Amino acid sequence: MTLPVTVLSGYLGAGKTTLVNQMLRNADGKRLAIMVNEFGDLPIDADLIEAEGDDLIALAGGCVCCSYGDDLMAALAQMAALQPPPDHIVLEASGVALPGAIAASLSLMAGIETAGVVVLADVGQIDRQLANDYIGDTVVRQLEAADLVILTKGDIASSDQMAQAGKTVSAHTRGAAIIEAAQGYLPLDVVLHPSQVSAPQVGQAHGNAAGLVSEVAYPEMMQDAQTYAKSLAERGQVIRAKGHLLTSHGMKTVQVVGDSWDVHTAPKNAQVGVVIISLKEAALA
Amino acid sequence: MITIYNTKKIITMNPAHAHTTHVAVRDGKILGTGPLEDLKGWGEYTLDERFADKVLMPGLIEAHSHLMEGSLWAYTYVGFFDRMSPEGDMQKGCNNLEEVLAKLKEAEAKIEDPDAPMPAWSLDPIYFDNVRVTRHDLDQVSSTRPIGIMHASGHILNVNTKALELAGLMRTGVNHDGVPLGKDGMPLGELKGPDVMTPVSPHVGFDRDMLACDETGMLRFGKLCVRAGVTTATDLANKLPEEVVNLFTEVSGRKTYPTRIVSLRYHHGVSPQELIEHAEALTVKSTDMMRLGKIKVVVDGSIQGFSARLREPGYFNGAPNGLWYISPEHLAYILEHALEKGLHVNTHTNGDQATQLVIETMTEALKKHPSPDHRFVLQHCQLADAAQFRKIAKLGLCVNLFANHHFYWGDEHYKLTVGPERAERMNAAGTALREGVPMAIHSDAPITPLGPLFTGWCAVNRLTASGRTLGEADKISVDEALYAITLGAAYTLHMDQEIGSIEAGKKADFVVLEDDPEAIGGDKLKDVRVWGTVQGGRVFAVADI
Repeated sequence: MTLPVTVLSGYLGAGKTTLVNQMLRNADGKRLAIMVNEFGDLPIDADLIEAEGDDLIALAGGCVCCSYGDDLMAALAQMAALQPPPDHIVLEASGVALPGAIAASLSLMAGIETAGVVVLADVGQIDRQLANDYIGDTVVRQLEAADLVILTKGDIASSDQMAQAGKTVSAHTRGAAIIEAAQGYLPLDVVLHPSQVSAPQVGQAHGNAAGLVSEVAYPEMMQDAQTYAKSLAERGQVIRAKGHLLTSHGMKTVQVVGDSWDVHTAPKNAQVGVVIISLKEAALA
Repeated sequence: MITIYNTKKIITMNPAHAHTTHVAVRDGKILGTGPLEDLKGWGEYTLDERFADKVLMPGLIEAHSHLMEGSLWAYTYVGFFDRMSPEGDMQKGCNNLEEVLAKLKEAEAKIEDPDAPMPAWSLDPIYFDNVRVTRHDLDQVSSTRPIGIMHASGHILNVNTKALELAGLMRTGVNHDGVPLGKDGMPLGELKGPDVMTPVSPHVGFDRDMLACDETGMLRFGKLCVRAGVTTATDLANKLPEEVVNLFTEVSGRKTYPTRIVSLRYHHGVSPQELIEHAEALTVKSTDMMRLGKIKVVVDGSIQGFSARLREPGYFNGAPNGLWYISPEHLAYILEHALEKGLHVNTHTNGDQATQLVIETMTEALKKHPSPDHRFVLQHCQLADAAQFRKIAKLGLCVNLFANHHFYWGDEHYKLTVGPERAERMNAAGTALREGVPMAIHSDAPITPLGPLFTGWCAVNRLTASGRTLGEADKISVDEALYAITLGAAYTLHMDQEIGSIEAGKKADFVVLEDDPEAIGGDKLKDVRVWGTVQGGRVFAVADI
């Protein structure tokens, strides 16, 4: 069994802490292990904390948070050995670390797979950071390694600033999806599986993708869940979908991730309804 | 109880009494120096004549080393250069890969447990025409026991097939710049960079935190200090958890322990706030022999590892710029709060861009917290140019230059890393002194061997291993070198009121020499023989350790 690891990167102040707290609140039964360089960088909301040790904090819902200090590999091995094991590791890189190098190193660990790299970019700061003599090239290297870039703090920026930041970021990424997080609804699955949202977007200009939309569809009774799932997967903007529908073979659960899909028998008491998350095209295109 | 030592010559580093013959000691402190007549007035004394034909200097100070130098001697040494073990056994250097393998085989045959890992250290293929060492080579030593050899630079680890198997890396599909693959798609056993070394190093016996140190390692470090004439040495980067502090305090406090240790808390793994708090808490735990409370901040990587941060024109071979190990914001926080609280900060900056960041950050921090005597130290500071040294002097910063680097890696810097012009200005001791920067020079042991007289020789001659002189204008005189390894180093540690010169009221810390370093000639400074040390009035002879 392999344990997926998502690398969460971004310069200081980009909003990694806010995102992590949000992920923990919306873990929805998933046992997340959050790994941070040091606890000082990650003030976990107090109400989420159940117990604190030196290097490990037990959190609500079976999640944990640990600091890896200067020995990431040892800490990863420790996380992988937890009983019961976590469902997913979110590795928060330090503000100046290169997430691409971290992801490459993860590939050396037995039992661990990289689920991708998420880079956060503060809309109001990204231009200044890129222009900085000291850290500009570091921020570029972070963006280059991204599968998904989340533009943060857009709620305190103008729409012009937002569009400009999107353009700036897309000039440095290599096929990453770019989405906006402010106020927005950022589904946990998207953050946990960034490489699955980036693939269908390669080659397109993403600077104008202004966030995610989530809708709930109530499909009519149909012959074949496979056909329905396939049609969702083929819609370029759809990045995740999950739900149930009634077919002539009974209630089925469909799951769509990027351009792949899966159909299986629905659990008992499942209600018809499919949550579909897609990239929203900006009006400014 | 007063002891007066008569000697052939005492080099005091006190300009008022630069050279003399006698020194009076009571309770580990110096009462005075001068002719015997000047010292008799202190009262009843014993005249100790054992140094009658020796030369005394202030105990040498290694201002940038690591206690790990002591722990590494538990492993097999396979370096290119002859190196003296703590026990005084001169380990012959390995001149080629065959000699490395022969030495490993010999050591392997002595290990009883067939499964025990075998760690070795200080491999340097630069001196074997950069021949690539592979797992197949090490498999000749053993195919059943995991073997790992750390390179002298500390940046590369070579392992055998068994070690790769144990780490789960004996497979195809490994995709990482730091893991070269063979024609069969399998890793060759060369692991470059800490990221790829750490998953394997525990399997080959490098499982302890190499930056910390155990009791045996500490005792060995003490022996190396006596051999090198060192009475105060730094341990430049330690996490200093409570158990380590307790161990260091206990061992260094023993009557038989010959070295005062200055151990710095380094910034990795804690937030800037926690770092400042920890340094404050450590300050009050200092003892005479165990000094605590200083901070080490690692700003960038290393030049030969291409991870140092360089300004234009960057690396000579076109490698991308290096890595930051701290953000400018966190660096600013640490410098400001350390200035505010009177904590002493040492910043590791190898590349000149990293040095520039510290200069600019200090400029701002000092506006917020003016501190006339902070003496923060730029450690290594290898590529600083004259303009930077002028700024460094103005800001009240000190430098501790890596003089040994010229000898061990100067040829590589010239050919590969920074090119001729900047290789010549590396560790520009002459420029630093001309611009009025307080300066120490160092070995960074175990990266290069502990030995301030050798380090002094490096700064005086600036020779590479192949014999090239790098930077004629930055050579310093023997007097300047001797100052840098005594009072100069003491100043950078804020300890010049206690150590670094032989004068009334200071610690009775001496190095006892068979030869006169002022007379032997700059080209032979490294050959000055060390008889032993006097530390806090206690005599340690090399012959007895």
